[in-house]
Amino acid sequence: MADERRTPLNAPVVAPESEEAALPARRPAEAPRDLLPAIEPERRLNDWGRSERVEGFMDRTLIEFFYRYWFRVEVEGIDNVPAESGALLVSNHAGALPPDAAMIAKAIRDEHPRPRPLYLTVEHFFKGFPGLSMLIPKIGGVAAHPANVHRLLYDERQLVLVFPEGRKGTEKLYRDRYRLRRFGRGGFVEAAMRAEAQLVPTCVVGAEEAMPVFGQVDILRRLTGLIYFPITPTFPWLGPLGMLGYLPAKFRIRFLEPIDTLALGGAEAAEDKALVQTLAQEIRAQIQENLHEMLAKRRSVWRG
Amino acid sequence: MSDPSRHPAEALAESPAPADESTRRVLVTGLSTYWGGRLAQALESFEQIEAIIGVDASAPTRELERTEFVKVTNQHSLLERIVRAAEIDTVIDTRLVVNSLMATPRSAHENNVIGTLNILAACTGPDSPVRRFVFKSSGHYYGCEQDDPAFFTERMSRPHPPHTGLERDIVEAEQTVGDFAERNPRVTVTVLRCANVLGPDVETAFTRMFGLPLVPMMLGFDPRLQFVHEDDVVHALEHAAFHVAPGVYNLAADGVLALSEIIGLLGKRALPALPPWGTGLMTGSLRRLGFRIPEEVINQLRFGRGVDNRLFKATGFRYSYTTRETVLKLGEHQRLAPVMRGAEQTYTYEREVEEFLRWSPHVRREHPGERGGVAADREPLGI
Repeated sequence: MADERRTPLNAPVVAPESEEAALPARRPAEAPRDLLPAIEPERRLNDWGRSERVEGFMDRTLIEFFYRYWFRVEVEGIDNVPAESGALLVSNHAGALPPDAAMIAKAIRDEHPRPRPLYLTVEHFFKGFPGLSMLIPKIGGVAAHPANVHRLLYDERQLVLVFPEGRKGTEKLYRDRYRLRRFGRGGFVEAAMRAEAQLVPTCVVGAEEAMPVFGQVDILRRLTGLIYFPITPTFPWLGPLGMLGYLPAKFRIRFLEPIDTLALGGAEAAEDKALVQTLAQEIRAQIQENLHEMLAKRRSVWRG
Repeated sequence: MSDPSRHPAEALAESPAPADESTRRVLVTGLSTYWGGRLAQALESFEQIEAIIGVDASAPTRELERTEFVKVTNQHSLLERIVRAAEIDTVIDTRLVVNSLMATPRSAHENNVIGTLNILAACTGPDSPVRRFVFKSSGHYYGCEQDDPAFFTERMSRPHPPHTGLERDIVEAEQTVGDFAERNPRVTVTVLRCANVLGPDVETAFTRMFGLPLVPMMLGFDPRLQFVHEDDVVHALEHAAFHVAPGVYNLAADGVLALSEIIGLLGKRALPALPPWGTGLMTGSLRRLGFRIPEEVINQLRFGRGVDNRLFKATGFRYSYTTRETVLKLGEHQRLAPVMRGAEQTYTYEREVEEFLRWSPHVRREHPGERGGVAADREPLGI
């Protein structure tokens, strides 16, 4: 070993004064994308726990039936969903066990020229509930943790669906249908900006009528440990299966023009709370406006 | 930013950490633990390591060629004398107890918290020869909760304070190491947070559980789990000692698998015996039957844990096995084990014999490192 290449024992190994030194302090802010684990083709699940097999089965049977024959989904503006980069779909949300997420995912899979999987952010609650905690990751559900959204959007460049109304949306009663709740604290905008991903506002009409919620029973919610306990035409009268008792409302999904967060300042601008709030409000207004327009055109709840 | 596909941090992280080629005098703590023994065996094959000294409270459990063993309990004054007398420049701390079944809570606390304090105290001081400190920590640092992210990165901390004594001790030990790193900027401190280890040789709560004909699961849960192969852990400890990589790193193989997937790869059956409610009662009665699942594993059977392993890969480290391959290797070993039973030799440390082999003028020492462990059959870290 050549002597001049050795690091003398009495010298500090990491030179604190200059960053250009031969041995820099190595604390990269973020690990690079190309070091993400490679996909192992032998596996049927991916690292998020998503299962091709379970998802494919659901897609061919239950979801296919609802999409084609029950809700007769019609899609507008599918080209607004980006074909490759990471994008965050922001949608209105309603119903007891809302079918809207599954229908949006199916729309992208069936109608998009380059179909991509859609990850759905769900409450942390589902990870702790037996049974659901097994099923939900297998069909593309991911806990709504900012770090999860960032990894999906920035590192893996995937499509992620978020319902900013969250639980407030699913708790909403029938008489409040199509009235958007508060969009949280704009966390979804911040996540998209940090990840330099596009934001795609999405409007869904039909979900509110597919499973109208007439009331919430707080005491039963507490007893069952669920996050809400709705009264719908079929639940709880038909037991847990009543959660799938959807009425055949006509579904329309409209994807609006994507918003490029990079043009708004990207990751640095995510710190700007005012900008984040404004953008969240704008997206909310845009979705609400489009919902009104779609509702005004709709002649019948069932036939569209 | 002009090019959105490139993050400024990428350029820095892409180049692997420069190798530090200086001659080393290494102290391995916890020599008699599995990791201490494996690491010392591996280090023996590196010629530029002049001295390997191992300390522990009990005799080594693995055959070592040139590592010198000093029996020391956690007394920092003695440790300090050894460090100074031998002019140790690199300390690799492998002693952490990460399985609550391996030690009583009291001795685990003694080892993990007090032991870490003592070893750090032995390396402190303006005239200390120590330049590098590698600490083997554990993924238990992150805990296991319902509102965890799917992949912990090194900058995250657990969302709630630890529940189990073991996790509390590990968090405390890491804090101590962090404080040491802050106060001693001249020492390169590397912390490796190790995922659950699997392998033919190591015994962990998971290898024991996967050895059962029916693998217990919690009813209604299919957690995501990530493992790392035992050989990769040994290589990673070497890598941390030889490359400039200060900071905290997750150590876990590529790929997060669902428990059902793992059981399938092992060719076993799942037994959803643990109820999701009243789990404590059930494990209590299982314990009375002689089957114990440590508390930190119960939580993983419910919520699982995944970590982001990219940062350590960015220092130039490459894993030999993915999580899937690690599980498959374990499966192979399990199928072979009944055939091989009794064939392996057990090693007992005989002080006089070891000293004769090391110091007698009549012993011929021509090929240092020929008995070396894992390091002998692969490239020596590009040094």
